[in-house]
Amino acid sequence: MSCTVSMTVNGKTVSREVEERTLLVAFLREHLGLTGTHVGCDTSQCGACVVHVDGRSVKSCTTLAVQANGADVTTIEGLAASDGTLHPMQAAFREHHGLQCGFCTPGMVMSAVDLVRENPSPTEADIREGLEGNICRCTGYHNIVKAVKAGAEAMAGARATPVAAE
Amino acid sequence: MYAFTYQRPTSLADAATAIQAEEAKLLGGGQTLLPTLKQRLARPTDLIDLGAIPELKGIREADGGLEIGAFTRHAEVAHSDLVKRVIPALASLAEGIGDRQVRNMGTMGGSIANADPSADYPSAVVALKATVTTDRRTIAGDDFFTGMFETALEPGEILKSVRYSRPDKAAYAKFRNPASRYAIVGVFVAKFGAEVRVAVTGAAGSVFRATAFETALAADFRAEALNGLSVEADGLNADIHASADYRAHLVTVMAKRAVEAAG
Repeated sequence: MSCTVSMTVNGKTVSREVEERTLLVAFLREHLGLTGTHVGCDTSQCGACVVHVDGRSVKSCTTLAVQANGADVTTIEGLAASDGTLHPMQAAFREHHGLQCGFCTPGMVMSAVDLVRENPSPTEADIREGLEGNICRCTGYHNIVKAVKAGAEAMAGARATPVAAE
Repeated sequence: MYAFTYQRPTSLADAATAIQAEEAKLLGGGQTLLPTLKQRLARPTDLIDLGAIPELKGIREADGGLEIGAFTRHAEVAHSDLVKRVIPALASLAEGIGDRQVRNMGTMGGSIANADPSADYPSAVVALKATVTTDRRTIAGDDFFTGMFETALEPGEILKSVRYSRPDKAAYAKFRNPASRYAIVGVFVAKFGAEVRVAVTGAAGSVFRATAFETALAADFRAEALNGLSVEADGLNADIHASADYRAHLVTVMAKRAVEAAG
């Protein structure tokens, strides 16, 4: 059986005819070519597939594409500004070497951004708890936590900076 | 995953009709059902997504307690100011389910209807003297869980909401599996005037009340009142994570922690 699934992905409206059993991660990767969202364990444990659906982080390997019908979806490709300027959380991961092989990074960054949305100045314990749904197979957690802390501070700084009049 | 037909009814009546299809299954947040389907452990012909039905959503005060719609996600319960004010122990239980992404999708009704022996919510349903409302009737929380993955729900019956009584004091303490974050043992303690309820999840095939603990705590609501008390290990779950004896030990430890947390 197939059905039409439409949603906004990284600000663009997309619509595809897919099988109803299509997972959101397959929709993003195979139908839209957005391969930044990774499939790690495919069993909802590792968090490499985390994307935002209507602003909340979810595991796209455990969500049907049709469940996100009509939703506003953001993937790792949608975080950076259109001129390529990295999102403060991405920049913090680079600055603090919050990645080793990099496979878990898209999910880590997406989870971290959602965590900071809810808790703008997380403690180390908050970060470790907030990233429980993400596994780094390189075990590079120390720098990931440092990066998220710095990213949270940078995001707070970005919010505090007055925007120039347009 | 085998192919299925996806339906997204917008009313409870339409969902009740759709679920009559042979081998149809209800879809909440999908955090248990979708992994089950991915492993091909189930083969429903139809998935009936309950996510677009307004009657199944929301948290409101009712009879001094709380009524929570079945399709309320764990994160919504965890972050609700109303839940934190009226039954903070319930918000804290929801905050401890799975991980952040699971809580953003998983629903209270899904957890309760699935009746996983290690799930957290069943302990709250029993300890908080809840009443479960379906599209057909109301069921006392005490009568709802009938066994491992078994409930009083009839085929095609849809869980609508759960009404929790407001306790004077309550807390939930769990010893969790560090990987799955399910309860190896979880104990919900609630005090209503002179009555105390102690509901245990994770330890057996289904949630149960530790009545000897209840009696002791009704006389003296302090952790010390549980000294020397334990549940019978015989018949408790035993697996690679914990033996039955260890689970029996944990029930007392978690009950004490819950009493201390309840204050």
